[in-house]
Amino acid sequence: MVTFQFVPYSGIERLSSAKRINKLLNIVKSNKIVILEGRLKKEEEADLIEITMEEIDQKFKGIELSVVYPDDNKSRGLQKIKTGLVNALLGDRQGLTIVGPASIVKKIEQNPNQIELFTRENNKKKD
Amino acid sequence: MVTLIQKLVNTFFKNFFSQKSHIKLGLYGPPNGGKSTLANKICTDWLGEEMSTVSHIPHETREINIKEEVHIKNKKGKELTFSLVDTPGIATRIDYEEFIKKGMKGVIAKKRAKEATKGVIDAIKWLDKMDSVVVVLDSTIDPFSQVNITIIGNLQARNIPVLIVANKVDLKKANLDRIKAAFPQYEVVGVSAKYGQNIDLFYENLFKLVK
Repeated sequence: MVTFQFVPYSGIERLSSAKRINKLLNIVKSNKIVILEGRLKKEEEADLIEITMEEIDQKFKGIELSVVYPDDNKSRGLQKIKTGLVNALLGDRQGLTIVGPASIVKKIEQNPNQIELFTRENNKKKD
Repeated sequence: MVTLIQKLVNTFFKNFFSQKSHIKLGLYGPPNGGKSTLANKICTDWLGEEMSTVSHIPHETREINIKEEVHIKNKKGKELTFSLVDTPGIATRIDYEEFIKKGMKGVIAKKRAKEATKGVIDAIKWLDKMDSVVVVLDSTIDPFSQVNITIIGNLQARNIPVLIVANKVDLKKANLDRIKAAFPQYEVVGVSAKYGQNIDLFYENLFKLVK
């Protein structure tokens, strides 16, 4: 059985970068797949990889990570400025971030608007 | 007044030359994209010696390798000097059992996995030290991976100029257009680092990258 845990953006917005990453990693280390509303900052994504590497041992093999995000190039002018301002003030709530344990998630295939998640147990595709 | 002007001129030249001689050009990307093969090609072409070992088993490069004072020249006679930094491949998962499947013994596989995790951490930490970066991707593999997006996003956030090399274009499965479509805002050069295909075009693009 695969368990998904939804984390609303409000669940991380007041946390520091380190605490955000720890929160997500703790869920992943309990063998659940995180579905986060919105996305982390770019630097936080790199930090997430870095901290994941520090945590790897014989049980925890790492993570699979994927972000579905609306195509920036499609929004124009005022809409782009508006989105930028909202993101700066309230955090980036657009899109979804998926983080799963590498022991369960074999791979996440990412097309711009679609995610295919392959689990390790039976290699079944889940849309 | 003359002293002030002289000071300014001296500072300008000092900064200009110190910057130029200390340019750090990083090779970044996921494991097995061909970073070390490209590093070896550059060093063989311009220094007459290789700098890194290569292997078909991922995470062969587990430490930052630096080759100082690499001088390259273009057809117009323009010269470029940089320190070439070959970095370990960035991954989100490292499983020692994968190395065992490739024929390694348990102890060696575990050691390699441990070193590989440290290598990834070092590669990320070194992002801040780079002046320009060549992201080396395997053109036979789907480029829409979060690791690629995270690497390039972090370089963009740090205002570090990026050139994307789509490596292994000598292989039948290579798909240069797929990489161009994934990262339309960047210059993409298709090369075969192993066989030197399109390598002159790569060098020309290095001059544009490291201005």
